[in-house]
Amino acid sequence: MNAFTSLSVAMFKASIRDKAALFFTFMFPLMFLVVFALLSGVKLASNVEIAVVGDSRVVAALQNSEGVNIQRIKESSSAIDMLRDGKVAAIVVSQGDTIDVRYANGDRAETGPALAKISDAIASANLGAGTTPPKYAVRQKPIEETAFEPIQYLTPGILSWGVSTAAVFSSALTLVAWRRKQVLRRIQLAPIGRGSVLSSRLLLSVVIALLQAVLFVAVATLPVFGLKLSNQWWLAIPLLILGTLAFFSVGMLLGAICKTEDSVTGAANLVVLPMALLAGSFFPIDKAPDWVKLITNALPLRHMNEGMLDVLVRGKGFDALVLPGSVLIGFTLVVSAIAAVSFRWEDK
Amino acid sequence: MRADGPAIVVSDIRKSYGDLRAVDGVSFTVAEGEFFGLLGPNGAGKSTTLEIIEGLRKPDSGSVRILGESPWPRNPALLPKMGVQLQASSFFERLTSKEQLQTFGSLYGVSRAAAVDMLELVGLTDKADVQENNLSGGQRQRLSIACALAHDPEIVFLDEPTAALDPQARRNLWDVLRAIQARGKTIVYTTHHLDEAEILCDRVAVVDKGRVMAMGAPAWLVRKLDAQTQVIVEHGTVTVEIARNLPGADKVIDDGVSVIIATNDAGLTIKALGELDALNKAQVRTATLEDVFLHLTGRAYRE
Ligand SMILES: Nc1ncnc2c1ncn2[C@@H]1O[C@H](COP(=O)(O)OP(=O)(O)OP(=O)(O)O)[C@@H](O)[C@H]1O
Ligand SMILES: [Mg+2]
Repeated sequence: MNAFTSLSVAMFKASIRDKAALFFTFMFPLMFLVVFALLSGVKLASNVEIAVVGDSRVVAALQNSEGVNIQRIKESSSAIDMLRDGKVAAIVVSQGDTIDVRYANGDRAETGPALAKISDAIASANLGAGTTPPKYAVRQKPIEETAFEPIQYLTPGILSWGVSTAAVFSSALTLVAWRRKQVLRRIQLAPIGRGSVLSSRLLLSVVIALLQAVLFVAVATLPVFGLKLSNQWWLAIPLLILGTLAFFSVGMLLGAICKTEDSVTGAANLVVLPMALLAGSFFPIDKAPDWVKLITNALPLRHMNEGMLDVLVRGKGFDALVLPGSVLIGFTLVVSAIAAVSFRWEDK
Repeated sequence: MRADGPAIVVSDIRKSYGDLRAVDGVSFTVAEGEFFGLLGPNGAGKSTTLEIIEGLRKPDSGSVRILGESPWPRNPALLPKMGVQLQASSFFERLTSKEQLQTFGSLYGVSRAAAVDMLELVGLTDKADVQENNLSGGQRQRLSIACALAHDPEIVFLDEPTAALDPQARRNLWDVLRAIQARGKTIVYTTHHLDEAEILCDRVAVVDKGRVMAMGAPAWLVRKLDAQTQVIVEHGTVTVEIARNLPGADKVIDDGVSVIIATNDAGLTIKALGELDALNKAQVRTATLEDVFLHLTGRAYRE
């Protein structure tokens, strides 16, 4: 075996022996995924939420029905947004005698009960009007775009977060540990290119990222969670690699700056946690104030998230990789250049 | 191959950290196959000297030649010929003894089997599958030496290989070091243990405050000191009066357990004691490197 393979094997062995790190790399994000998916499936109130636009006997009947919360909305477009975001189960737009019912065409649990309540309300309104043919004409139509089940945006988000966390932490910790345990000095004394050392460590991070993706996606596609992958899912692979590169370089930078394992762990948390929250890894941030969105767009994790969502779930093609890919590459170049400048072989 | 020059030539190297002169004009030459010791107290500059020779540090001035080549800047042609054990042992995380050796070996393109052979030399065959952090201090020290030897270097640098070992482990390690020398390697090592250096080294350099205070074969350094020998006999065998008048005797102390006679001519003193039939349980303590050190630095050697 040459130095590159042998170093890769050594580091792979070391990382599978580190049970705590294994847990944080694989089980911890998976727990997040499961918990969020379950939480978002649980309806705390059993009432169905229905948005209404306009007014009529139907709306009045709906308001009187049991187990229905209605939200009066002015514009039908904003009602559709609410429907897309899963805030309401259906929309009733009443204009004169015409009733438009809109619902999500995905298989959401709450769609059925909502439609049942609505047709009950229409029936009773028609009964009250007592005309033949019935006063209210009903048009039912699903909204064009599939509204996302929570698992659909949770999976790409938590995958990106898990990959970035693992890449930052493991590379930063390796660098600090190797410097503290003088492995770096020993490597300096061996006739081996620094490139082989760096690339074998990078390879390990990429392999870990791919394993994470396989695990998280496999769990998310279980019938309980019901993730549906797009046909373009394999476009996520280049994105995973670029994301790993970007966050590996963050880890290298933190590892270059920090002296001890403790301080580098703290620093990595300080970087990764706020970034994950702001980048919308756990919940969509579309509703966030504009200034937050501005910060968000500067975050590489945000672009990785979006790219993942596009290729894994939204079924977008190669084009969807261009922006996130360039952001991640640019970020990698800048951060790794700073890391290279800050790099030290030993503690002074 | 090169003509038979010295393995290592160090000429007047200096290194300061701020105002501190860690290495202050050190020069010496190590012949091929020689066992050379650098000894001195904490902070004497042993590690810094070694690291400059290995090419890990740049000297402020002076030069180093290893097998005719300069180790600084990093000289990849030279690296495979040197084996280095750093003062604090350096290992990869969570690898077993065998894997450590294989990984270090692979950095030098050594086959996995050849690397593992080193375990036998240092007597760790039964610990091959034990992770490094589960080894005892002495075992870790031996593994660290094995890792330095994994690629069969010509010159071996060992920084305090016997530090923090119990006397038994220390003696085991001496056997390892002798075995390495028997393989024709040049060894440069640092130690705090003057007695050990006396036993192992062909030549030593006594270092203090960044300077070489004396250099040569241990026995030669001791003899050059021309120090007194102590003849120690049991309390009660001779009186202090008698002892003081023995030929060669100088100072005499009776501490209630033994009578300690410092003599300038041990031969004569012992002969006279023999004639008095006072040699029962007698001991002779000759000068050691410790005395040389004491003499050179004007202070007792304390680790
Ligand atoms: N990187 C450094 N920065 C500042 N001072 C240093 C540095 N390295 C060593 N020194 C100082 O240089 C002096 C010599 O250190 P060195 O490590 O060479 O001593 P040593 O003889 O190996 O001691 P020991 O027996 O304790 O290992 C010490 O006073 C030490 O504090
Ligand atoms: Mg030292």
